[in-house]
Amino acid sequence: MSAVDRKNPTNGNNAPQPPVGAVMVVGGGIAGMQAALDLGDQGYKVYLVEKESAIGGHMALLDKTFPTNDCAMCNISPKLVDTGRHLNIEILTQTDVRQVDGDVGNFTVTVNCRPRYIDTDKCVGCDNCAQVCPISLPDLYEQGLKDRKAAYRLYTQAVPAAYAIEKLGVAPCRDACPAGQRAQGYIALIAEGRYREALRVIKEDNPFPSVCGRTCHHPCEGHCTRALVDQPVGIMSLKRFVVDYALAYGREKVEQVPRTRPEWVAVIGSGPAGLTAAHDLVKMGYGVTVYEALQVAGGMMRVGIPAHRLPKGVLQQDIDDILALGVVLKTDSPVKDPGALLEQGYDAVCLATGISTKDHSLGLEGEGALGVISAATFLRKINLGEPLAIGNRVAVLGGGITALDAAAVARRLGAQDVHLVLDRPRGELPAYHWEVASVEAEGIHLYEKIAATEILERDGKVTGVVLAETGKGMAKDASGRRKPKIKDGTEFSIEVDTVIGTVGQYSDLNYLDPRFDELSVDRKTLACDIPGLFVVGGRKTGASYIIEAVALGHRVADSIHSYLQDGIAVAAEKSAPPVVKYTRQEMQDRVLKGEIQLAPKIEPILLPMDERVTSFREVVLGMTDQQARREASRCLQCGICAECLACVYACDVNAIDHEMVAYEEKIQVGAVILAPGYQAYNAHLSEEYGFGRYPNVVTALQFERLLAASGPTQGHVQRPSDGATPQRIAFLQCVGSRDQDHDYCSAVCCMYATKEAIIAMEHHPELDIHVFLMDMRAYSKGYLGYYRRAREHYGIQYERCRISALHEDTVRHDLILHHVDESGKQQVNRFDMVVLSVGMEISQSVRDLGRRLGVELDEYGFCHSVRFNPIETSRQGIYAVGPFREPKDIPESVVEASGAAAAISARLADSRFTLTTRREYPDEKDISAEPAQIGVFVCHCGSNIAGFLDVPDVAAYARELPGVVHAEDLLYACSQDAIDQITQSVDEHGINRVVVASCSPLTHQPLFQDSIRSAGLNPYLFEMANIRNQCSWVHSFDRDLATTKARDLVRMAVARAANLEPQQTFDVPVESAALVVGGGAAGMTAAINLAEQGFPVYLVEREDELGGNLRHVLTPLPALNGDDPQHPQEVLDTLIERVTHNIHITVHLDSKVIATRGFMGNFTSTIQTASGARSEILHGATILATGGQEYRGPEYGCGTDPRIVTQHEFENLLVNHKLKIKNLKSLVMIQCVGPAEEFCSRICCTVALKNALALKEQIPEAQITILHRDIRSYGFKERLYTRARELGVLFMRYDDRHRPQVNVNNGDLTIEAWDPVLRKGVTFEPQRLVLSMPAVPDPDTNQVSSLFKVPVDADGFFLEAHVKLRPVDFATDGVFMAGMAHYPKLLDETIVQAQAAASRAARILSRDTLTAGGQVAVVDPALCTGCLTCVRVCPFNVPLMQSDLTGVGEIIGAAYIEAAVCQGCGSCVAECPARAIQLMHYTDTQMGSKVRALTKPEAAFIPLEAVHES
Amino acid sequence: MMDTNAHLHIVAFACEHCAYAAADLAGGLRMQYPPQIKIVQIPCSGKLDELMVLGALEDGVDGVMVAG
Repeated sequence: MSAVDRKNPTNGNNAPQPPVGAVMVVGGGIAGMQAALDLGDQGYKVYLVEKESAIGGHMALLDKTFPTNDCAMCNISPKLVDTGRHLNIEILTQTDVRQVDGDVGNFTVTVNCRPRYIDTDKCVGCDNCAQVCPISLPDLYEQGLKDRKAAYRLYTQAVPAAYAIEKLGVAPCRDACPAGQRAQGYIALIAEGRYREALRVIKEDNPFPSVCGRTCHHPCEGHCTRALVDQPVGIMSLKRFVVDYALAYGREKVEQVPRTRPEWVAVIGSGPAGLTAAHDLVKMGYGVTVYEALQVAGGMMRVGIPAHRLPKGVLQQDIDDILALGVVLKTDSPVKDPGALLEQGYDAVCLATGISTKDHSLGLEGEGALGVISAATFLRKINLGEPLAIGNRVAVLGGGITALDAAAVARRLGAQDVHLVLDRPRGELPAYHWEVASVEAEGIHLYEKIAATEILERDGKVTGVVLAETGKGMAKDASGRRKPKIKDGTEFSIEVDTVIGTVGQYSDLNYLDPRFDELSVDRKTLACDIPGLFVVGGRKTGASYIIEAVALGHRVADSIHSYLQDGIAVAAEKSAPPVVKYTRQEMQDRVLKGEIQLAPKIEPILLPMDERVTSFREVVLGMTDQQARREASRCLQCGICAECLACVYACDVNAIDHEMVAYEEKIQVGAVILAPGYQAYNAHLSEEYGFGRYPNVVTALQFERLLAASGPTQGHVQRPSDGATPQRIAFLQCVGSRDQDHDYCSAVCCMYATKEAIIAMEHHPELDIHVFLMDMRAYSKGYLGYYRRAREHYGIQYERCRISALHEDTVRHDLILHHVDESGKQQVNRFDMVVLSVGMEISQSVRDLGRRLGVELDEYGFCHSVRFNPIETSRQGIYAVGPFREPKDIPESVVEASGAAAAISARLADSRFTLTTRREYPDEKDISAEPAQIGVFVCHCGSNIAGFLDVPDVAAYARELPGVVHAEDLLYACSQDAIDQITQSVDEHGINRVVVASCSPLTHQPLFQDSIRSAGLNPYLFEMANIRNQCSWVHSFDRDLATTKARDLVRMAVARAANLEPQQTFDVPVESAALVVGGGAAGMTAAINLAEQGFPVYLVEREDELGGNLRHVLTPLPALNGDDPQHPQEVLDTLIERVTHNIHITVHLDSKVIATRGFMGNFTSTIQTASGARSEILHGATILATGGQEYRGPEYGCGTDPRIVTQHEFENLLVNHKLKIKNLKSLVMIQCVGPAEEFCSRICCTVALKNALALKEQIPEAQITILHRDIRSYGFKERLYTRARELGVLFMRYDDRHRPQVNVNNGDLTIEAWDPVLRKGVTFEPQRLVLSMPAVPDPDTNQVSSLFKVPVDADGFFLEAHVKLRPVDFATDGVFMAGMAHYPKLLDETIVQAQAAASRAARILSRDTLTAGGQVAVVDPALCTGCLTCVRVCPFNVPLMQSDLTGVGEIIGAAYIEAAVCQGCGSCVAECPARAIQLMHYTDTQMGSKVRALTKPEAAFIPLEAVHES
Repeated sequence: MMDTNAHLHIVAFACEHCAYAAADLAGGLRMQYPPQIKIVQIPCSGKLDELMVLGALEDGVDGVMVAG
């Protein structure tokens, strides 16, 4: 782990430090993005920390959003792009927050950045890596409904667009291999039949694949996780298969590596270590000569291993490949004085002479007799073809693979009786069990746990050997060598004439010139005390196995390289990535879950016995393709990414780095926002619904993906079991909500289920959809109408019943549900699919995060918050937003995000713009006098474009088009070098307009515009041709047609480019004050926040006192989530005090705004007091918080009888007139009165519950009945509902057909209602009736709406710019809303929304100037007839009639469009009957030439001047 | 079908906020459609006037599609 400190902006003196002008936002979902954008725009540096590889969160995987059925991706995508490109936002993906130290204003956050293995700066998102990746795994973005690769992008539009590689760490097989062979990698490639690529990755780590595929001691298999399941994967056999395959189907020729470095290295010894070192050094560009004492290269591989195990040709194949790289081999060249080589001019010498050729003593009496030979000598002589005679009866003594080899060779030489005496059980041999069995089958007598104690001789010749059983432990013999202990009395002897002994072989350097006797070798670097001399071998640094020698070869090569480059050998410190380990239990669990199928290892086929003992033919035969692929598919892919390096070879921009490791970073920030989002309830836990067992039971998130056009089924609703279109679908609500384990409502499920049902009906109108629910929680803006539409227009059936279990028809995989309908009848229904509406939970990792940060959480992991400071956590300076506080919907999360930004801004305002950056550009060139000189750059996008159409042809075609002065093709136009190339070309070729033919302007135009601005061109002199998303990808089956279309698109782009003109933007100064209309809770909160940020605020209140509706809220809601609710009246007092004491706030009581004009940043408004005094104020932003009021109407006898009261009045009785109700024993409440039948007023259920509980507290025996349509106690408000039921409050549902009837006759108050359970009418005679009147807009709302030219919805509430993502903005820039005027809401919700409105306003007020102009509509007044069409059609209310302008025919007044606020949509242009308006950058000429170029190229390319003249 | 109508030109005026982005996504998903369709980006479908459509037809395109 390395720690990187960000620049610490604080200074060292003791003066009060200004806060750090940076904020960390944890979580890159919609709330996190909104907070980041608000803060970034307000002048703070933002670190946006996301645990996944891309931002977007849950919203990015939604198909549509309710209640507008907008495409979720269309909405979120611009936010993604804005966040990704924001200069002040730094996105840290795959990052976790470890800890937060310090205090508000100056936190140090420690984050852990997990490796992505792909450099986001280099990656161009071309998909090459994913295409070659052999590893597939369930795509969690697609909810497991399809697979993705280990190299992946989270979703198509992901930001950052860079790919990532999912890798848990190093697989145990690789970890066990001394040379780090990427076994999982080549196995994955073999499983896909990609054998040549498999060989390629093997050779990355091991130049002896042929050898190691046959003779390795394969520690990899010993560590293979598969052994925990059945047997390890046959890794060695698979390696051999690949080599065999290459040999059989033609080896690829090895190209000589060019010499790039002047140094020469001499390697002494051509064994595995020496040749590996030579191989590595030659590949680095050094010259290498290998000196070998023998006539042949290969060392022990050649002389120590018999041909029946390693055919000489196979070995030679590996050696030849090494030599072909350019290694010079000198055989018959023993070297005794390596120093002389250094003197001769070699820059470094590597001694790699390995195992000594000297025979070592067996330590047995009689070992000097004729007929005793060491196995090493024996095998060497055989391998070199030297003459050797052995007897007919042979004993081989040993305990290793060499003994096995020697015995087998003796047998092949004709010995009849071969005794293989093993000092250990066969299972402990470093060999496969079948290798031992094979030797035994060849007729060799095997002795286990037997050792020789003496060699018998007669006349100097061997006659036999005395053997004895070995006991436990080891003993040292006279020579100090460790030998197994012998059990006394177990001796016996056998008669033999030859004894072949194996002793531990080791290397020594005694053959060297005596001056090298005392060489001291560094174990790590393998350098010795003579500069330039490196030693592999000797007792200290020798190897026992070939693969260890290979590893040493790599190490010494690296060491020599560092010596030659830096003059000193330094061992490379490699940070070790974690090794992936599984327990037996974990593996067994996966077997039980069916994720792993048991499959025995495929053993190799052996040569028939009769051929075996009569020849030296190779005993082990290879695998077939099929066997190899089957064996390879047994690999469990422990690391996920197999490190097969296929992506590394496929990546054209060198972006992949498999050596990345996690690192920690410390970041200074002033505040932290936690927006970690939710996790969907794990439906597996509700076993009664069969999720995971029944294929056609899916979660709502899965269903969402099934509906999505970009999803796994392209938006076709299909049953997972058979792909059929379902006929009947059931939605089960409250799965993981409102149950024994979750005492809260997840707040969104009713609506998303309704949305999914509607969208499914739109896909398949014949569907029959039933939603099984308890209450329909359609509590927010537009929800009730949406629910109605679902029932009435789409015919979706809502059944009020909680389904307790379902079962499956095992043949057809249909689901069978039992339920009792509202008429009390038992129903059995069969459905093709069941969708589980899973609720929201807080994940374990988020709970851990909260605990690490010292933020208080409840038992479910939700963050505690202060009721009327709802986004503050228990730790000052750390804020929480979104579902982390309480389950909630997107707009509320967005509101909270902006609200948190405002709260932070009030704290950090002094440090605004201290850590932000600006991009600087050179001055713009004046090109007005130049003809169009167009440069065209055509992108290959790797193979994404070039793979499907002829890119060089398109570039060549472009070169010939009129006006084009330069055209070229680029591999990746968006890579940094290509961007530089474009900038440079503009200068070099005098280009004044640029066309890039590549991908989508929506994602890449700003990048290219940036590059031409860097070359001094106006950014509007740029045009794109989308030849990827809209050509190569969608016409990938016809190269010619795709090429022709690409030519057409480029021609069209060039034609438009020829007509492009520079567009000037200019700065408009901003008034830094705000106008807030409405002095209630919302208005005061917004005013306080802006004032605390330092902005002057004019707060205008119509009444003579501040407070608004808050004055009527007399009791707080009971504690819902560990909060300690402050009394609303105390809140009011505090707000009033803070308003009146803030010097930045000017309060205008008894006043109204009577006029307003101007635009964002520059409004002028007139305020008039009740006395008629007027004042004019200048302000940059406006917040409308004009509130609402309790509805008053005649429904249910309201106003006719003192016993019938509203909830407000009842609350007043409960608090202020306790005596009046002290005898109240029976009470009925009716919900949804009057207009509330048309829109849900959101708060009435909660208020009714609050008041019912308050009455129960005062009079526990009071009988309370609440007549309702649904109890909409969303989120934690559910707890009030639960408590009310526990206390005996009766709830009775009514519907539109059975409204309660209220009768006041002869002093009796009776209420008749229909009991849907008993199915009969019931009559109540309560002492009081309380009517839950909805909150309705203030009567002044309409007036305010027309004054400020802002719209209201059908229910009279202000209409926001976008119901999901711009919940406090009006479409008119610079005007915002908060509070009840937007929609009924509770006090805490109002407070947050007011802060959000303040945040949105602060984005404008915090800037000195706004940039205006560019792509805007411009009126030519001389053509304007003053018809007002533009004024009428503009969706943003921008055009005005100005009397100081002169229109057509000298009439007074013409339309004027303020460039600072024009959105550039062009609607007015299209509608203007006089064609008096043009949209800059989209003029008729520019558009027309583009279309004309398609069909009439000759007409389209009329020079610009000619067009102007005409 | 694609071959026989290869000479046709259909211009699709697509709003950059929705239809153009949808066409990009269709590309990302490799959905295939006839290459005769050439998409022209416009800032809003409200920007498109009759003259632009008629002008395109007059210039010889075989069909105009408006998506937004």
